[in-house]
Amino acid sequence: MLPTPDTSHVSFDTIYEPSEDSYLFLDTLSSASESKWLSERFQKSSGPSDNSINAVPLVVETGTGSGVVLGFVAAHSQQIFGRQDILTLGTDVNRNACIATGKTVSTAIQSIQHKQENTENNPNLQTVHISSITADLCTSLRPGSVDVLLFNPPYVPSEDLPRLPTAAENDPAVAQAMSRSARFESDSYFLSLTYAGGVDGMETTNRLLDAIPGILSARGVAYVLLCKQNRPDEVMTRIREWGGWCAENAGSSGMQAGWEKLVIVRIWREGN
Amino acid sequence: MKVITANFVTCAVKECKTSPTSFPLHFHDAELEMQELDFQPEFIRNVIPRIDWEGLRVTANELGFPSLPESKPEGEALGDEQTLKDLHRLLLETQVMEGKLICGNCGHEYVIKEGIANFLLPSHLV
Repeated sequence: MLPTPDTSHVSFDTIYEPSEDSYLFLDTLSSASESKWLSERFQKSSGPSDNSINAVPLVVETGTGSGVVLGFVAAHSQQIFGRQDILTLGTDVNRNACIATGKTVSTAIQSIQHKQENTENNPNLQTVHISSITADLCTSLRPGSVDVLLFNPPYVPSEDLPRLPTAAENDPAVAQAMSRSARFESDSYFLSLTYAGGVDGMETTNRLLDAIPGILSARGVAYVLLCKQNRPDEVMTRIREWGGWCAENAGSSGMQAGWEKLVIVRIWREGN
Repeated sequence: MKVITANFVTCAVKECKTSPTSFPLHFHDAELEMQELDFQPEFIRNVIPRIDWEGLRVTANELGFPSLPESKPEGEALGDEQTLKDLHRLLLETQVMEGKLICGNCGHEYVIKEGIANFLLPSHLV
């Protein structure tokens, strides 16, 4: 089993603590079948160098939280994508999560590089984390630029969908000046953003799904986690009805009354 | 935020998506910090196909890196170590710590603080 990135530096007051769903992401992406699928898609050609094939993949995670998932794929890109050179970028609506992610991913990359230094003849891990930005899903990314999109959404059905934070709410100076009770309110609000998904737990996920055809590159693939209440089978049927798109169950966990509690769906263009 | 990021982001305002002037976003008052990284020629060579060259040239000028070739290096030019080193320095070693990214279409300013850019829009723009 590949090691899980260290998140001991993260304060979980406003950030989602790695849980069953996060670990399902790690297990799914590093499973033999999924790594094989991804490596066939992204590994460099051994023949004469073809730049478009060898182009470094851009791996984006939306809603990174602690950064445990993005850190994992960055550190283990050889095992998962069959190459040592990927670019990672994370987005989250919580500025604290962006700071945490930057540290988690860089530390995960460095720890692998450090191990490699002590082993001769090992190809070097070149993967670079280019940034963590405060953003709503992938609304600020250039169309057609993302090769791998990862999303562990707020998927719990909830009466209301929490609104997105304002610049002031994300300002560390404002948070520092808060009274204890205001701070508690603010922390609870940020935590609600990590799990509350509105109607069927799908309001945020639906916005991300709608953006997929525009944001993925021709070779692009997205992994989106769903829970039972999100009705994964219906979601996959809906994606296939876009025309020209495939959706498959890439990994699942926790059988409950004959249903998987959590499912990770792989979404990609037909014939690509 | 590494400079290469600017090549992958655009204005978050929906109406700007179709406007060619919303990419690249324009740096203003950028404060840079260098962070040394191992130079890996092959890595940079494989990053180049990912780059929107016109966009990068605009960014490079705004940040005071004037020496980029007019067209994207291809074929033999990819063997030129100095070009690769310059790109390595600009794209991966240069971090923007403070400043703004401004949309050429709507003029919205995305603020960068302590290396993290804020692309969340105020509610009247969502």
